[in-house]
Order: sequence, then C-alpha cells, then structure tokens
Amino acid sequence: MGNLVKIASKNLSRYKRRTLLTLSLIVVGVLFVTGFIAVTGSFKTLMIGQITDSFVGHIQIHRKGYLGAIETLPLTMNMKPQAVKRVKTLLEKIPGIEAYSMRTKFGGMFSNFVETTNIRLNGVDPEMEAKTVPLLLPRIMEGEKALEKGEILVPELLARGMKVKVGDMVVVIATNRDGSVNGKQLKVGGILESATGPGGRDGYVHMEDAAEILRMEEREISEIAVRVKDFDRLQEVYRNLEANLSAEKNKEGKPIFEVHTWENLSPFYNIARMIDIMTFFIKLMLIAVVLISIMNVMIMAVYERVREIGTMAAIGTLPAKILSLFLVEGFLLGAMGAVVGSILSVVMIYAINLAQFTYDFGRQTGLVLTTTVNLQSLLVVSGIVIAVAVVASLQPALKASRMDPIQALGYV
Amino acid sequence: MELVTAQNLTKTYRTGEVTINAVRGVSFSVSKGSFTSFVGPSGSGKTTLLNLIGCLDKPSAGRLHVAGVDVTSLGKTDAAVFRGAHIGFIFQSFNLIPVLTAYENVEYPLIMVQNVPVAKRRKRVEELLEAVGMTDQQKKRPDQLSGGQKQRVAIARALVTHPEMVLADEPTANLDHDTAMAILRLMKKIRDEFRTTFIFSTHDNRIIGEAEFIYRIEDGLLKTTEKGGGLSSG
Repeated sequence: MGNLVKIASKNLSRYKRRTLLTLSLIVVGVLFVTGFIAVTGSFKTLMIGQITDSFVGHIQIHRKGYLGAIETLPLTMNMKPQAVKRVKTLLEKIPGIEAYSMRTKFGGMFSNFVETTNIRLNGVDPEMEAKTVPLLLPRIMEGEKALEKGEILVPELLARGMKVKVGDMVVVIATNRDGSVNGKQLKVGGILESATGPGGRDGYVHMEDAAEILRMEEREISEIAVRVKDFDRLQEVYRNLEANLSAEKNKEGKPIFEVHTWENLSPFYNIARMIDIMTFFIKLMLIAVVLISIMNVMIMAVYERVREIGTMAAIGTLPAKILSLFLVEGFLLGAMGAVVGSILSVVMIYAINLAQFTYDFGRQTGLVLTTTVNLQSLLVVSGIVIAVAVVASLQPALKASRMDPIQALGYV
Repeated sequence: MELVTAQNLTKTYRTGEVTINAVRGVSFSVSKGSFTSFVGPSGSGKTTLLNLIGCLDKPSAGRLHVAGVDVTSLGKTDAAVFRGAHIGFIFQSFNLIPVLTAYENVEYPLIMVQNVPVAKRRKRVEELLEAVGMTDQQKKRPDQLSGGQKQRVAIARALVTHPEMVLADEPTANLDHDTAMAILRLMKKIRDEFRTTFIFSTHDNRIIGEAEFIYRIEDGLLKTTEKGGGLSSG
C-alpha cells in the first residue's frame, strides 16, 4: 500500500499546476463549508444559550393545556401543591438535571402613580431561578444584580416608557383566580435588559410577593423551568422526564402534565433549523465541487496515460491493482485538500475571532461573533471530501482497469 | 526443449464490415533459451503473432502452448497473472513511466505485479541495472536519458521478474543503427547470462543477422524459417 501511495503521489506531481488548481478548489470549498458551519454554528449556540439561559430554561413543565393558553397566563391552569410535589420528587430523582425553578406567572397592571400599563410577571424563588437561568441576573442593567422580597425587576422598555428608575416605588395590581383585584407596592430593584423571544420582556417579583398579590392560600405554580447538566444530553433527560410525567394521569385518565424542550418554546428553533438546512445545502455544494473537480482531473489523467496503462496491463498488472492506483490518486487529492483546507479553516476561524466582528440580533446589539469549529465538524467535512474524491475517481479508475492492453498500447 | 509451440494459429479481426486475417494458420516453435526473430514488413502480422505469444490477445483458431500452458483459453485475469509470472515485455517506444526514475521503473513490476519484499527487490533491481550498465544513471528520469539508455532500462524492467521469455516488438525501431546493434548485443548477453528466451520482431534488415532463428512472415503466413548467424554475443 505504501508503494502504491508513493507511485500515486508521483503521478499527481506530473502536472503540478493542474494538481494545485484542483487542490485549491477543494481547499476553497472546505474553507467555505467550515467557515459557514463555524459562523452559523457559533451564532446558533450563542442564541440558544441566550434564550435558554436568559429566561426559557432547557425544559419546561406545565399543567396540560397551559402552553396553548400561555398568552393569557391563566391562573386557573396552575399546578396545585400536590402536583408540584410529585414533579419535584421526580426532578430530584432523574439524573442529569442541574437545577429547576418554580414560577408563578401572571398578568397585571403596573403603575408609577401617574400612569398605568399592563405587565407580565414571574413570581420566582430568586436563588432557584438564578441557578436555572444563569443569565437572568446579569441582564439587570441598573441596580443590584439580585431580587429581594418586596422588589420588582422591571423590563427595560417598560421602565423607559413609564420613566421609572431603580429605587422608585411602583404598584402592581392583579386579579386573582376568584376575580377579586389586589395590589402591592414594590420597590424597583433593577431594570432588566430585553431578551429575544417570548418571555424576554417579562418582569420578575419574589415568589412570596406573587402569592401575596394573587392572595394564594397555597402556592400554585404555572411553570417549572429545568436546566440540564449537559446540553448535548438534553433529549435524553427530556425523554426520561416525559416518560415519567406522562404516566401521571388524572381521574379521567388524561395526562396531568406537559413537558417541552426549549425547541417548542422559542421561535428561534425554526431559525436554528433553517441554519441546519442551509448547512446541509452548503455541504451539497462542496460535494459537487469536489466531485466535478476530481472527476475532471482523473478523467484527464486516464486519457493522458492510456499507453502507460496499456504497458502496466501488458506486463501483468492485475486490473484491481490498476483500479486501486487511480483510486489512491483520487484519495490523495481529496485527503490533501481536506488536510490543507482544515488547517486553513482553523487559521481563518482564529482570524475571525481576532477581528472581533459584532452583530445585532433582535434587541441585542454588539454581540461579538465568536466562532468555533469542533474537531467533529472538521472530521465530517474531511470525511465527505475524501469519500467524494474516491467516488469521483471510481469511474475513470474502472475505465483504466478495464482497458484492453493491445488497444491501449496502440493509442496515440 | 520447446518454450512456445503454435499449431495452425489463426487470428481474424473484424473492423466494422471488414474482416482482417492477420495471422493465417501459422505453425512454429521456439526453443528455450533461443534468440528468435520474427521478420516481415509492416502489416505482415508479426506484432499480432507476438501479441498472441504474449497472451495479450487470443487466437481465433489453432493451438498455442507457452511454457507448458495452453494459453488459448486463458481468461483476462489469468492471462495477466500468466504474463506477470512468465513473460517480460520490451516495447518500441520504451514505454517507461515518465515520473519514475530508472531505478523505480525497473522496480515497478516487483511492486505492481509480483509484490516482492523490499530487500529482495533492491537486490534484484541493482543486479539488473548492473547487467544493462545503467547503475550510474539509476536516479535519472526517462526524459533525462537517451533512447538507447531508455531501452536498457526497459530491458532491465522486462527481466526483473525473472521471466522465462522476453518479447520485444520492434525494440530497435526508434534507435540509430549503432545503438540498435548495442541493444541487440546486450539482449543476447543477458540471454547468455540469465538463460532467458528472447523473441523479437523487426523489419530492419541490418539487425536481422543477430538472430539465431529467423521466421519470415508475409501477409499473415510463415514464409521461411532460417538459422541466423549471430550465435555468439560477441
């Protein structure tokens, strides 16, 4: 095999310019694909991280039907303490869960004593919430990066519109599940930066304040957000959770809970999927580039070397050996292109990171494009290139191996 | 002892509507260790005959035994294996691989055809390069060699697999007279040294005398069989 590689590489060096041109075409293709994967992949990871870590969490558990009615934040569809307890027991038991947070979601009126507007609020245990969505507290633009009892975190746009500042007193008024209205005066503890996606413009109050405003005798929970330890194993945890929770049935035999991953909870998932589809098509283009360029160069190689192939066949070289010689040539072209392309990709990605490109997404501005490409993507792209190179050489190689030595020797 | 025996050998080609009778019922034999030449003008059928002996082509009729094997019915792969084991080839245009050095060209059949281990390979290549007087030029590529030198490398390549027989189709046609004579003498010297049978074709009357046995062919028929004068390698 080593000798075959040696002979094949000598053959490739016959027309150095042509080999270099083909190689550069493959290298450019690899650069494009890895560059695209790195940029879009980093964007995707960043955005998913922003969404899950800012407010959504990785998984959410609701009472069955709550998600369909989430726009109105219905208090009647909250989970009762008994149900919450069951979920809690399960969450403590299932491996792979880092943290979870109970939320009481409700809509209400927000007043600065001059003006009044509506607001969506989450009543949370600050410590649990911070563990489940670690980017929540860093989103506090002004004020202490914490949520104390008696305080409210006001979304940025609302604070600006209502002209409230940290330390101001405001009133939150809400209707409880019985229909009676109640209010509570709260201090603005912080202004919360907006995040992209639904729920990105919600305010936060302490769980006990929420219970007080809603006059809850026993704590009812609208939503349980869950954070998994390893994001790559999200589906595994989700399936485990889903299987366990779907077994919980009410008296009518219908499931009590519904479980969703961030993918069902954020419209960004569709953008993420679109990115995956685009990556797939870019990979198809790479396949076309490698296929055509290698096929072209190998067909040329066979035509130029007909007499040589005839000589090889005449002296007793078996067709399989001739076939493998040409396949090895194609393989070497692909492998060299993949290696050089991969090395240059790493350099390119490093350069992009050095250049500190920034971009805006939704209301988030000045996000720095931090590209990364993992070894797995490089191996996948290289694998595609090498496999396609060998496939592209197959037809010319078969042609060479099937040549009749007499005709080939007489070829001018 | 006969290395090649042909009985009533016939080869017919069809090119479109035209049928060409390249070889028309030829019988002959070539004895082991001989230096035999097939002589005739262009188109007489000598190349076809050499192709048949070399198992590159199959006869349309007749029987042909080479090295004790009936080669008339060998399949494509079996024929290739047979050629690799028993026959060496020398071509008119040398047919060396341009990107390989003289050494590598000689080594080539040991890698691609016989898969000989590296130490044995080196020994054999060096031995053959020495025999054809190309040791000094072994690192040169074909484009750096003269016609005569190229043919010397080709002879070494043909012999490196230790074949029983070397077939040379017009081996001197692309060489000047002096070089042609030198190549023929070299072939004969090697025949003496390695006891390899040499069969070559030529239409060059000046070198015919070097052959020990001469078969004259015309229009696909064997006209005369002569004993040549060149019995010693001088």
